[in-house]
Amino acid sequence: MESKPAGLKFLDGLTVALMLVATALVFFYAPLEAVMGQVQRVFYFHVAAGWVGMLGFLVAAIAGIVYLRTADRKWDLVGLSAVEIGMVFAFINIVTGSIWARPIWNTWWTWDPRLTTATIMELIYAAYLMLRAGIEDPNRRARFGAVYAIVGFASVPLTFFSARLFRTIHPVVVGTNQPGAEGAFDMTPKMLQVFMFSLFTFSVLFIDLLWHRVRLGRLADRVEQLKLKWMA
Amino acid sequence: MFLQAEPAQTLGYMVAGYIVIFGVMGLYLLSLFLRHRNVQRDLETLEEPEEE
Repeated sequence: MESKPAGLKFLDGLTVALMLVATALVFFYAPLEAVMGQVQRVFYFHVAAGWVGMLGFLVAAIAGIVYLRTADRKWDLVGLSAVEIGMVFAFINIVTGSIWARPIWNTWWTWDPRLTTATIMELIYAAYLMLRAGIEDPNRRARFGAVYAIVGFASVPLTFFSARLFRTIHPVVVGTNQPGAEGAFDMTPKMLQVFMFSLFTFSVLFIDLLWHRVRLGRLADRVEQLKLKWMA
Repeated sequence: MFLQAEPAQTLGYMVAGYIVIFGVMGLYLLSLFLRHRNVQRDLETLEEPEEE
């Protein structure tokens, strides 16, 4: 039985502590928004989840580039892990956005540029997993996965800038809102502190999850190798 | 909404949002734990004959 590295144990503890503090800050420190009320508190983790989603896809693209240069399977595993985590958090981002939209926009969903590009981004990475599942040769799968992660990353800046480039009702945190944006609000210093802390906490959570997922992938690789050895 | 004197009553949506956030994260953590446990079992089973 392989024991958990001390660094990972420490990171687990740190992540749990940060999550508890971030949650407490969201509910007990951040002030109530004057117009939207309690639902605005979803904002802190909604944006942080979107950030982790995009961070995951960025890491996957970088891992793809490194894999194509080195052909080291480790980077394929990092890319796959980052996509998996990115998809989970992009999903949280989309669903919580929909929940927030219902009382603010009076609809669960609208084909707004930001919502549309975010959904396309999620589907692109779902296709990444499907592509990988369809290729048996590990080296070929890794090569295809790397190229796909690099090309697929084009959807990430498109999603990020969609609320700034196109006419949209989705508000932006950094930059100027479009004239039709609904749900925008001026962040008070306390709101900004909680927002920044949430981003930091989710970044640490991403590193922690990535470490766990890569470790799982390595173990799965060892099992595959042993199975091949027994079959030979 | 912009002419209102008090914040909108949106507590239920906030609760729903955080149920989704912690629910999905919890499910992912559970999936990582279960997959890790299964792989670990497979590994032990495959390594046993080697040790003998």
